[in-house]
Amino acid sequence: MIELQDVEKIYRTDRIETVALANVNLEIEAGEFVSIMGPSGCGKSTLLNLMGLLDVPSEGYVRLAGESVESYSDRRLSRLRNQRIGFVFQTFHLIADLSVVANVEIPLLYRRMRGRERRQRALAALEQVGLSSRVHHFPSQLSGGQQQRVAIARAIVGEPDVLLADEPTGNLDSSMGDEVMAMLHDLNNRAGTTIVMVTHDERLAGRTGRTLRLFDGRQVN
Amino acid sequence: MLKHYLATAIQVLRRRKFFTFISLFGVSLTLVVLMVATAVFDQALGPQPPEVHSDRTLGVYSLGMRGPSISSNSDASYWFLDRYVRTLPDVEAVTIFSQAARSATYRDGEKFELYLKRADGAFWHVYAFDFLEGGPFLAEEDANAERVAVINETTRRRLYDGESAVGRVLEIDGQRFKIKGVVRDISYLRQDPFSDVWTPNSTARSDVHLRPAVLGNHTGVILAHRRSDFPAIKRAFEASLEEVELPERYEELTGEANTRFERFSRVLSSDRDQVKASPWRLRIAIALAMLLFMILPSLNLVNINISRILERASEIGVRKAFGASSWTLVGQFVVENVLLTLIGGGIAFVLSSGVLSLLNGVQLVPYAVFQLNFRVFFYGLLIAVIFGLVSGVYPAWKMSRLHPVVALRRRSL
Ligand SMILES: Nc1ncnc2c1ncn2[C@@H]1O[C@H](COP(=O)(O)OP(=O)(O)O)[C@@H](O)[C@H]1O
Ligand SMILES: [Mg+2]
Repeated sequence: MIELQDVEKIYRTDRIETVALANVNLEIEAGEFVSIMGPSGCGKSTLLNLMGLLDVPSEGYVRLAGESVESYSDRRLSRLRNQRIGFVFQTFHLIADLSVVANVEIPLLYRRMRGRERRQRALAALEQVGLSSRVHHFPSQLSGGQQQRVAIARAIVGEPDVLLADEPTGNLDSSMGDEVMAMLHDLNNRAGTTIVMVTHDERLAGRTGRTLRLFDGRQVN
Repeated sequence: MLKHYLATAIQVLRRRKFFTFISLFGVSLTLVVLMVATAVFDQALGPQPPEVHSDRTLGVYSLGMRGPSISSNSDASYWFLDRYVRTLPDVEAVTIFSQAARSATYRDGEKFELYLKRADGAFWHVYAFDFLEGGPFLAEEDANAERVAVINETTRRRLYDGESAVGRVLEIDGQRFKIKGVVRDISYLRQDPFSDVWTPNSTARSDVHLRPAVLGNHTGVILAHRRSDFPAIKRAFEASLEEVELPERYEELTGEANTRFERFSRVLSSDRDQVKASPWRLRIAIALAMLLFMILPSLNLVNINISRILERASEIGVRKAFGASSWTLVGQFVVENVLLTLIGGGIAFVLSSGVLSLLNGVQLVPYAVFQLNFRVFFYGLLIAVIFGLVSGVYPAWKMSRLHPVVALRRRSL
């Protein structure tokens, strides 16, 4: 499903050159649940962003569902992200000006879809994460755990093949974290969604199918 | 999609009240000032009654005399106008009149002041007054120095409680006049025809105006058969200046027959000695002033927009992550901005109507009736919308280029 070949990512700012990733080779099969671990600053987010086509590697190739994306235009990349990928971020990144249900509708907005169907699907996704009673609230009126559930609803509403989660439980207490994890497992088991999750928590990583470890931008085994 | 954009826009405007207020304030204030200025300008210069022929009139408003050690500028004298302007060939009519002057009158022993203008028979031909009763005085009544007068509607109300006035005797400026007609009020901004009371030139209290002097306090207005005659008339007038015999110590006489707009541009120009008009300079100045006036708030809007959109970096990152292309995002921010501008336009429309009817109500300018100029409003709004577009496109484009990763790193929500 996701393939990285000889990937290197270097950030260049005025004088400093940061090698965020070097010589990364990996393949993630459809339906896998993979966790990524490593100390802070070792390149986990960078790796996830490359997989999600939010960033391009300095060297090497990224392939998503068999498509080589290096020559894709902004438009084509957008479409691919829209149809194949869902994101969950550590800091939720809900849009404060929009209601819960409007936030969840966002991925569907960039597809050809009638407003009514969009709304129905968003409501269904919210029901799946157990937030049917909060659809017209604004993000600031919800607890952290509830906000992350909204973010998950938004990530799954478009039924993506791949869900990329960057420390989804990082800002939650452990019971809320477990709740979110249960949701991800459920999604992986029932819908067969490929999930890649960055985490600091060995306990959570132990419950995934496979764990990739990074140190200083390199894979360690 | 558009529906979602609009819904989002309204949501954003409602939730960011301060920003909304500042933007709306800028847009509507600009439009209101533009609208009120145009209304005043229209009131003063547009072809409105009684100056329905203003596109065919030229006025001799001022003359300049120079000598080696002396120079004077002033209105022309009755004598000069009668001799050199009334005699111009191939024109439809020439009228000569004085400036409206405040003059005393009485009612029930109480004194108050009215504007009094001395004019001639042709005056009523050059200007299309709307008579409520009676009619104008005639050229031969001016020739015979008959004590007759025309008054306006407000004067009729003040003196006779609005009852019929024709045939009554009005005492003003120490003279008694028989009223021949009553006309609708004329705006003060229409300086040439404006007055409360009009009487024949020949009834002036002294015959100073008949003495052979070049400078005085009268105005001559020429009604041409057609506008294309203007150059010939101007040349004939300037040629006639050569024949005028000047008083001792003066060597040169300058003056022009000007259109209303040329005259207006001269009044505005700071150079008091300048008798020659330069309407192009004024036209360009007005256009520049209006443009500048629109540009400054627009730049401000661009600025506000940039900071507003920067504030929403994380939103941009999220939308990109979930499949918005850069152009889709530009579309969204532009819709938001245009909506904002249109709301500002709506507010401006209501406010300008309010300001104008207030101006009309308190009669800041005697008898002026300011009206909204829909054409100007339309253009003003169009400009505002264009600026709304531009001020939305630029920052939105800049922001949409923002890499989603970078956008998401900004933690402002
Ligand atoms: N946009 C960027 N510009 C410059 N350096 C960056 C940028 N993003 C990440 N880095 C650097 O790359 C390295 C890896 O960052 P990141 O992938 O965020 O690590 P992690 O998620 O594992 O904490 C860090 O040293 C970080 O400072
Ligand atoms: Mg990280």
